[in-house]
Amino acid sequence: MRRSPLLGSEHSGNRDKGERPKKPIPLQDQTVRDEKGRYKRFHGAFSGGFSAGYFNTVGSKEGWTPSSFVSSRQNRADRSVLGPEDFMDEEDLSEFGIAPKAIVTTDDFASKTKDRIREKARQLAAATAPIPGATLLDDLITPAKLSVGFELLRKMGWKEGQGIGPRVKRRPRRQKPDPGVKVYGCALPPGGSEGSEDEDDDYLPENVTFAPKDVTPVDFTPKDNVHGLAYKGLDPRQALFGTSGEHFNLFGEGPEGASNLLGDIGVNKGRKLGISGQAFGVGALEEEDDDIYATETLSKYDTVLKDEEPGDGLYGWTAPKQYKSQKESEKDLRYVGKILDGFSLASKPLSSKKIYPPPELPRDYRPVHYFRPVVAASSENSHLLQVLSESAGKPMHDPGTHSRHQLNASKRGELLGETPIKGSATSVLEFLSQKDKERIKEMKQATDLKAAQVKARSLAQHASGSRAQPLPADVGHCSWHVALSGGTATTRASSFKPFAKDPEKQKRYEEFLVNMKRGRKDALEQCLDPSMTEWERGRERDEFSRAALLYVSSHSTLSSRFTHAKEEDDSDQVEVPRDQENDVSDKQSAVKMKMFGTLTRDTFEWHPDKLLCKRFNVPDPYPDSTLVGLPKVKRDKYSVFNFLTLQETASLPPAQGSSEKVPQPRAPDKSRKPSRWDTSKQEKKEDSISEFLSLARSKVGPPKQESSPSVKKEEEHVSESLSDQMVNKEVDSQPEGEGSRPSMDLFKAIFASSSDEKSSSSEDEQGDSEDDQAGVREADFKSSQETDLVETSSGAHDSKLPPQDPAPSFPIQKMQIDQREEFGPRLPPVFCPNARQKLETPQKEKHKKNKEKHKTKKEHRRRKEKKKKHRKHKHKGKQKNKKSEKSSSSESTDSSDSQSDDEGTADLSPQELLRRLKRLPLRRQ
Amino acid sequence: MVSALLRVPGPPAPWGRRRANPGRCSPVDGNYCLTCGSDKTLKLWNPLRGTLLRTYSGHGYEVLDAAGSFDNSSLCSGGGDKAVVLWDVASGQVVRKFRGHAGKVNTVQFNEEATVILSGSIDSSIRCWDCRSRRPEPVQTLDEARDGVSSVKVSDHEVLAGSVDGRVRRYDLRKGQLFSDYVGSPITCTCFSRDGQCTLVSSLDSTLRLLDKDTGELLGEYTGHKNREYKLDCCLSERDTHVVSCSEDGKVFFWDLVEGALALALPVGPGVVQSLAYHPTEPCLLTAMGGSVQCWREEAYEAEDGPG
Repeated sequence: MRRSPLLGSEHSGNRDKGERPKKPIPLQDQTVRDEKGRYKRFHGAFSGGFSAGYFNTVGSKEGWTPSSFVSSRQNRADRSVLGPEDFMDEEDLSEFGIAPKAIVTTDDFASKTKDRIREKARQLAAATAPIPGATLLDDLITPAKLSVGFELLRKMGWKEGQGIGPRVKRRPRRQKPDPGVKVYGCALPPGGSEGSEDEDDDYLPENVTFAPKDVTPVDFTPKDNVHGLAYKGLDPRQALFGTSGEHFNLFGEGPEGASNLLGDIGVNKGRKLGISGQAFGVGALEEEDDDIYATETLSKYDTVLKDEEPGDGLYGWTAPKQYKSQKESEKDLRYVGKILDGFSLASKPLSSKKIYPPPELPRDYRPVHYFRPVVAASSENSHLLQVLSESAGKPMHDPGTHSRHQLNASKRGELLGETPIKGSATSVLEFLSQKDKERIKEMKQATDLKAAQVKARSLAQHASGSRAQPLPADVGHCSWHVALSGGTATTRASSFKPFAKDPEKQKRYEEFLVNMKRGRKDALEQCLDPSMTEWERGRERDEFSRAALLYVSSHSTLSSRFTHAKEEDDSDQVEVPRDQENDVSDKQSAVKMKMFGTLTRDTFEWHPDKLLCKRFNVPDPYPDSTLVGLPKVKRDKYSVFNFLTLQETASLPPAQGSSEKVPQPRAPDKSRKPSRWDTSKQEKKEDSISEFLSLARSKVGPPKQESSPSVKKEEEHVSESLSDQMVNKEVDSQPEGEGSRPSMDLFKAIFASSSDEKSSSSEDEQGDSEDDQAGVREADFKSSQETDLVETSSGAHDSKLPPQDPAPSFPIQKMQIDQREEFGPRLPPVFCPNARQKLETPQKEKHKKNKEKHKTKKEHRRRKEKKKKHRKHKHKGKQKNKKSEKSSSSESTDSSDSQSDDEGTADLSPQELLRRLKRLPLRRQ
Repeated sequence: MVSALLRVPGPPAPWGRRRANPGRCSPVDGNYCLTCGSDKTLKLWNPLRGTLLRTYSGHGYEVLDAAGSFDNSSLCSGGGDKAVVLWDVASGQVVRKFRGHAGKVNTVQFNEEATVILSGSIDSSIRCWDCRSRRPEPVQTLDEARDGVSSVKVSDHEVLAGSVDGRVRRYDLRKGQLFSDYVGSPITCTCFSRDGQCTLVSSLDSTLRLLDKDTGELLGEYTGHKNREYKLDCCLSERDTHVVSCSEDGKVFFWDLVEGALALALPVGPGVVQSLAYHPTEPCLLTAMGGSVQCWREEAYEAEDGPG
């Protein structure tokens, strides 16, 4: 590679192979040279740009030689005026200079699309020039060859500058300047070319048509430079005013175009001498400093898209120019007041806003909102509607009055006069004759009435009564029931979400409803989450059945009156530690059996405070959590399970506890004092149920005595789940009459579901399989526990029922401090001589009590699991015991050996000790 | 400086042999003995000579427990006035008083760097007080116990707490976990073994249990002494070879740690041995009974202060 003496590097051959040069030339090495390889030096912005003269000197290589004086006196005439190029450098005249000398096609000969606006301006000028056809010369010099299209158009009467199309009749309201030439700022005062044709004052060219306006095609030339939008650099032709046509300047720049033509031409001429352009500077020939640094303001731009107004151009119509100005002056005259400088009268009158009157109210309009009737007429519960109307003694709706939506296919067919298709009959009832139907209806009403009366007393009787119904009636009844329950179930599912806070649960609940609607017996079991524990399932089962009960009877009445809460009510929830130490009972037994370890250990996630970790020089185990202490969870305030603990702590005597405890007999509530709280709850519960029932009845309308079938439907729908409750009420009426608390059986029957039975049976098994060691005590312990469970759960349910109840405060796990003031191991005796008396409080008993209290606080939640686990462990333990017994005999000698070893080596490392300790068989006393 | 934590109810009577004794794991030299009692004061002794070095007074009720920092520069104590007090050893002034417990403070401990005081109270909470900042409320309150906290011990990253609810709770700061071991009867004293692998738990059923720290399994049981009513101390000997416990029958019981066999029943006096402490490195024991502190040594030991 040849190294050039120049600093810049040549294009190397590498470029040919597509490789890029190794390094771009750094900025400091880049130089500017002229075509001869000479350095170019930059001059100041005002000194003319690149190098001047000879190497920035005046003159030539030989130095400065003044040109010889030649008198111009003789040849003054042929001496032309010096043009700018006489003062220009050669670079300026080169191809890329400001005044290139190279031969280029001028605009006239270049393609016409280059500069449409200028072209148009030129034509305009030609048309409106004082001497029409002043630009005729230009036209003459147009290229000889015109395209055929031009020729054709011309022959058809088209003139240049006109649009193409049929001539339009229109009234030129005023003549505006060429839209191609923008007017910034305010309108110029009228003036200019008035005076020549004044006489055509109200010239209405009735029979004159105008050529359509020429359309400026959209300029699609891509912008391929980096200039700003609409930037026009220095036009080289303008630099040489002598050579390029000055009229171009005139018409290109003059904002007013034709109107300014005469008056301003001198000014324009003077101004447009020399070079000017945006940001180019003020030339030496300029008389005044122009605003060379064109300030771009937004006001220079159009902010509104508008089409050009008609009649703006003068295309094809050149005569009445003064018409417009005349009119404007007239308009000005119309206005009496003063017009501020720079303002002009509005051309259009201000359109006043039209005010519309408010719509008229109908005459019989009452501004009171009334709620829709509960039973909306829809396809879903048209059955119900029928039933209602029937029961109210009103005649059935005429099928014709039914709305379209209320009709089913068969009814529509009936209306249309079709013969019903036998095969597609949906109900058995359809097959019956009219007479039979009548009879069935009567019978049904009778039986329903009877059933309702009976149900008030005993549901069992009702059951038998319904069984006594004749078969066809039963079938019809069933279909009704299904239809009704379907309607209510769906509406209920859509409107009532009792578990909306837990979407999973709500889903399960809805599933349960659907299943129930289908009449499945195992609806509950099916929808429950199989991954849940038995206990949780039992709990949910209770809740679902209760919710279904409550909302069935109440939802339709209440839903029309209440709306859903917009915000979640946080007060319904309380924070409860997520994990709690489990029931101590099995732990106690484990301790008794000396089975420490997993049985007695609870492990919790515990979050130490960040600062504490810092102080202990320990990394924060949970760097992301803001939690401190044991994690807590939010629970429903009125959840059963909060009451479970409360119930225990509040009123439940500890049934199990220390080993001396005798298992309590069943039904311990008899011995218990009836607390006001309990009874009130009980009453409330009944109240709420009866209230719902009465609500349901009142909703349906007819009084109870009539025992409308719809009521029956409702009740029957409920009755499956309600039945045992009813029975229990019946059974318990006597003890209630005595003013005492209802017996345990009631609660058990209501709230203790199959899970309890299951568990009890499993416990029986457990008891059977219990080994002798755990013995009778264990069994007793279990049974007492069971009673506890039943009791507590029932109590909890009963307290849960009315959620608005002023519930007792949330169960506080901690005990009263003052109560505990003396708990704990006693401090060693005080040896102050003055305070020597011994405190002989029955410390032990206190401890015992204390223990019992703790026991009452235990959680029932994982009891069953625990029990199972425990059982397993017990078995394991048994095996272990046997093993250890076996091995102990063989190991006894070993241990004695090791003993002697130990004595021999007193200095044992702690690790060694520990190892040995772990190897040792567990000693059992 | 402070190495013995002996609770001496009542003003210390003239006492015979005493000897410094250890805090748990701190590298204390074992030259000093700290006593506290119902005279509302703390007293710092030189157990070797039996001289009283300083008395710290400022508590409003009896002082139930006291502890020293690892560098012997400060003391903490808690008592019946529900306050936890931080003392400056040299000046004998109260540096801070932390109030917040709702009941008597049963036990106090410094952490390893003496930046936090942990105090267990019969209000069933353990409170962690920050000694560095001036904030009056505890850094954290460990209120998992269901009954009064009788004993708190601290290792470098664990807090071991025994409670009257019959559980030993170990808060592991490093793992972020709480291990709760159920023992059954109210716990009077807990301590770590010196190797940090086991915990020794004494409870009111006159039993000491050695539990594996990680699994909670029972490694050994030590019985024979009497502990039914009082909150008595227990500890491990300086090499973890023996388990030492006070007894209500006026003796100190020594068990072989591994065998569980009773090694020695040291008769101390007629009353209840209320507290004891073991020297961190030497076979030397301090016992407190009825207002006096006694220091026990091997018979072979010959020191400037005579046999222990």
